[in-house]
Amino acid sequence: MTIEQELKTLASRRGITRRGFMERALALGATTALATTLADRAFAMPKRGGRFRLGLGHGSTTDSLDPATFEQLYMQVVGSAARNNLMEVGQNGDLIPELAEGFDVSDDAKSWKFDLRRGVEFHNGKTLDSNDVVASINHHRGADSKSAAKSLLDAIVDLKADGKNAVTIALKEGNADFPFILSDYHVAIMPANGDAVDWESGVGTGAYVLERYEPGVRTTFKRNPNYFKTGYGHFDEVEVITIADVAARTNALTTGEIDAMDRVDLKTAHLLKRREGIKIAETSGTQHYTFTMRTDTPPFDDNDVRLALKYAIDREAILKTILRGHGALGNDHPIGLSNRYHASGLPQRAYDPDKARHHLKKAGAEGLTIDLSAADAAFAGAVDAAVLYKEHAAKAGIDINVVREPDDGYWANVWMKKPYCAVYWGGRPTEDWMFSTAYSADASWNDTFWKHDRFNELLLAARAELDEKKRRGMYEEMQAIVRDDGGVLIPMFANYVMGLSDKIGHGQMAANWSMDGFKCTERWWFA
Amino acid sequence: MTQILTMVAQRLALGLLTLFVVSLIIFLGVELLPGDLTQAILGQAATEETVAAFRRELKLDLPPHERYVAWLGGILQGDLGHSLANKRAITELMGVRLWNTLFLAFISAAVAVPLALGLGILAALYRGTPYDRAVNIVTLSSISFPEFFVAYILILVLAVQLGWFPSISNIGEELGFWERVYRSILPALTLTLVVVAHMMRMTRAAIINLMASPYIEMANLKGLPRVRIIVRHALPNALAPIINVVVINLAYLVVGVVIVEVVFVYPGLGQLLIDAVRTRDIPVVQATGLFFAAAYILLNLTADVLSILTNPRLLHPR
Repeated sequence: MTIEQELKTLASRRGITRRGFMERALALGATTALATTLADRAFAMPKRGGRFRLGLGHGSTTDSLDPATFEQLYMQVVGSAARNNLMEVGQNGDLIPELAEGFDVSDDAKSWKFDLRRGVEFHNGKTLDSNDVVASINHHRGADSKSAAKSLLDAIVDLKADGKNAVTIALKEGNADFPFILSDYHVAIMPANGDAVDWESGVGTGAYVLERYEPGVRTTFKRNPNYFKTGYGHFDEVEVITIADVAARTNALTTGEIDAMDRVDLKTAHLLKRREGIKIAETSGTQHYTFTMRTDTPPFDDNDVRLALKYAIDREAILKTILRGHGALGNDHPIGLSNRYHASGLPQRAYDPDKARHHLKKAGAEGLTIDLSAADAAFAGAVDAAVLYKEHAAKAGIDINVVREPDDGYWANVWMKKPYCAVYWGGRPTEDWMFSTAYSADASWNDTFWKHDRFNELLLAARAELDEKKRRGMYEEMQAIVRDDGGVLIPMFANYVMGLSDKIGHGQMAANWSMDGFKCTERWWFA
Repeated sequence: MTQILTMVAQRLALGLLTLFVVSLIIFLGVELLPGDLTQAILGQAATEETVAAFRRELKLDLPPHERYVAWLGGILQGDLGHSLANKRAITELMGVRLWNTLFLAFISAAVAVPLALGLGILAALYRGTPYDRAVNIVTLSSISFPEFFVAYILILVLAVQLGWFPSISNIGEELGFWERVYRSILPALTLTLVVVAHMMRMTRAAIINLMASPYIEMANLKGLPRVRIIVRHALPNALAPIINVVVINLAYLVVGVVIVEVVFVYPGLGQLLIDAVRTRDIPVVQATGLFFAAAYILLNLTADVLSILTNPRLLHPR
């Protein structure tokens, strides 16, 4: 291999930065000129200008600009264009300060002090101060809060301004990952209005100023000339359009009506990729699909039955058929490859009808017949996946009766009600967050109704543990416990698959959420 | 003339009663759907606590009849109320979309009605010729295909392959009239293809029906040209059924275009109604439902009045 070829392979490797590339290129003996040319090609420098039109499959007339009600991609992207958080998950998954300049933490991870960045201005000209931060966080707390972030922020016992440029937060119990919670899209910082916040106007500190907001149709933005970050927010104008129908979205992209779209139809992704001027971008994050058993309901209260069901599914086939390979195999715990403490040492659970039979026999439940509730509201392809699973399980002597539930009211009437059902999880950026959202004994979304003493002890201990190595050990043990005892069957992690015009330039794409961690509007540019 | 005015007044009063019944049916229907707005909006995020707080805030914890009466009271005072989901005034939510829907209906009708009448008259004139057959086959096929299929074929040919028109109707208030027309052409064309057949067939049938009448025979014997016979003698007498069909199709253009709106991402009322039903946003469902019902009632009334004006015999039913 010539140096040039070698460098090209190097540049195309995932996770390498421009700086890292230059260092290694020079070490390999390349001239600075050559290295720079190659680097420019691989890490195209952002350019300013243009009107970025983004077509998203979500968005409805009933949407509101109140971040407490955000629950789907459309508002998440719109919110992230207009507002910032105290902390941010960067493009490579690290937590970095955004509106905060940094933070101090006590040894028990209970008391936190966040220093605010100075001189940041809201779109209406007001300067950001600690009152805005306090009001924005309090917006989700209190008895009358209907915010989805309420339970996340329950741990806060005291929150107050410390002068104009700092905020102190006291927690009920130590939590080493607390700053991650402040990066959650719900907890965006908005201008205070007395004790409340002004969310109605859409004013924030973000890279784009909200111009026109038509819920369920489109939202337009202009660039914020005073944006505090340098090197972000390259487009002059941004337009986010709701295009619910995937065929309409694809047509709009192929005919140049939009520059990017989310949720490419996986069945036709390979055809779209072949089309000139279109590229497919994919990130594998924490989004996963589950079949969830209620461990407080027979027969799922017997771990052998649960294990039998876990061995009775052919994950490879489901990944190939339902996701067309755009995903990763699940190992019956919710921690994805992109998480920091993913237990890579755990053996992958495979399809094994004999083992399933063995566990059934042990449970004394041979000839088991169960209902599995599914609807496409749970995840796209859930019903098909359930039917495939039925075929796989039949070989292990388990008779699964697939119950097709209505999409309408699925989360109200089926999820956490029916003993065995299909569920979708967007995933969470940290292990603690994921586990305490849906696996700890007292979590309100503990949809498996699972209570495991050792697991809950470890959860508390790991949360306050500041020693990286000890923490990793604990989280790995917890993943093993969920895998071998929990009520959840996780066949697969689904990639976020997006379609882009090849005029769009971007750096490494964040994998924590779709659309570059919701931040495509400030991170992408027209090349 | 007074007879007509009395009839209009009677029909309007009946219309109000119909609207009341419609609102009751819509309300009960939405109440019967599983789940409510709070659960629909919070989705997976619905915990008992947040749902309860949300319901208190929206007064959804009150019993249904109280909520209905409160809503009715508002309507009687001319207040359509606010969307439960995002607190925006319904007049504001509906305003732009209502205008968009009427705009699309208007340009579709502007093309479809003259086209259908013209084709129908010509078909009657050249009855039994290859032209008649061809028109029948083409229009009947286009009405037989589902709307979304016609829409996708048009997109494939006119937007993707030829690139003449945009595949989605991304329209907003800031656009000029012709730009709006340009961006709405594909949905308008789809609707035209769907409604032309009905109107054209009715025109043709109504005229042919009259062609056997003695007075047409007379005109024939006088030696009048066929075109003149049809346009001057047959058409005025055939207008009543034609007007009825045209108006039914106009009503359809206003209230029945949801699928076309979805395919072309056209921001009209249908999409608003679907969103509102999905989230159980009762005031919005009520308001759009009432508008659709009112559109039907008024258009039907117009049809009857016009029919009577063209054929006064209808005032004296036997």
